[in-house]
Amino acid sequence: MEYPNQSGSRQRKLQPNVRMRGTPVDPSDPSLLFDDTSAGGNKPEHGGVGKGPDVYPGQALLSDPMSNLAMAYGSSLASHGKEMMDKNLDRFIPISKLKYYFAVDTVYVGKKLGLLVFPYMHDNWEVSYQQDTPVAPRFDINAPDLYIPVMGFITYILVAGLALGTQNRFSPEILGIQASSALVWLIIEVLAVLLSLYLVTVNTDLTTIDLVAFSGYKYVGMIVGVIAGLLFGRMGYYLSLLWCCVSIFVFTIRTLRLKILSEAAAEGRLVRGAKNQLRMYLTMAIAAAQPIFMYWLTFHLVR
Amino acid sequence: MAFTLYALIQTAILFTNAIAVLHEERFLSKIGWGAEQGIGGFGDEPGIKAQLLNLIRSVRTVMRVPLIAVNSVCIVLLLLFG
Repeated sequence: MEYPNQSGSRQRKLQPNVRMRGTPVDPSDPSLLFDDTSAGGNKPEHGGVGKGPDVYPGQALLSDPMSNLAMAYGSSLASHGKEMMDKNLDRFIPISKLKYYFAVDTVYVGKKLGLLVFPYMHDNWEVSYQQDTPVAPRFDINAPDLYIPVMGFITYILVAGLALGTQNRFSPEILGIQASSALVWLIIEVLAVLLSLYLVTVNTDLTTIDLVAFSGYKYVGMIVGVIAGLLFGRMGYYLSLLWCCVSIFVFTIRTLRLKILSEAAAEGRLVRGAKNQLRMYLTMAIAAAQPIFMYWLTFHLVR
Repeated sequence: MAFTLYALIQTAILFTNAIAVLHEERFLSKIGWGAEQGIGGFGDEPGIKAQLLNLIRSVRTVMRVPLIAVNSVCIVLLLLFG
């Protein structure tokens, strides 16, 4: 198998130093779990699943027509099952929409974390669009993502285990209890926000996943608070939690204001009217719920 | 407060049951929350009360049959496992 010929025929850019050239595996990339969502990205095609066995050294096995037939049948069954599962899974969990939320890179994560603890210097909070679809988080710092909330949740569980361990209150079940407790509060919060958005008839393009993302940003502040509490005692915990609460409050208000309020009110001009006032109250209520949850989920961890 | 996922499911089932047992003519109309009182003017955006009444009515309509199934499953499981 000459690899340069095969890559040329597939019209794909050669990726120089990452691929292991010596392995006798299918040349299409098995290690890319997500589609490359960068602009103008090259989409590696799924190689045939059945191409693998072609390279086995046991040539005698393949010359037998029965085993050839069995292998072809097995590979077709596997690919059929895979595509049926993909199709059914896509009906319940929108996988392609989820991929948008995980298209992040290190620079974005760094800037977003900085924004979560210090949102006071940032002026432009609008999400930029590209022909009606929001730009991927990689290119726009204001776009919501799911990477930070998921990582924050997992880190919060681990830090909670660590904090409880330093107080000799740890047991392996505690991790599961903390995880399900935090998850339940997250679900309750997202449902409450959805209900209140429905009642106030806000025409917004906030999806459920966006709300999960915004609710998940508070885990960063909680982690900072608990770690400060571990290092510096209760006073450190309270001070850092206060700082993170205020910054999450400001962050949430500034982000949600553009999405929930009408255009004029979002620009800062005072627009009177019951509807805008109600929406402002709603935004402030959502933002005020964040510090409450942050305190509620962490105060039992720091003694 | 350690909530578990099981507690959340229980809460959801209890809440949905509570909304489903609100009878339309015996109760909701008597306190002014009937279905016909919810529809306000068509040009204006519906207020909070109208949205709430709409929500109650849709939950009752949609969840009636699934609740029968879920409640039966719950009854059987609670009888078997306590």
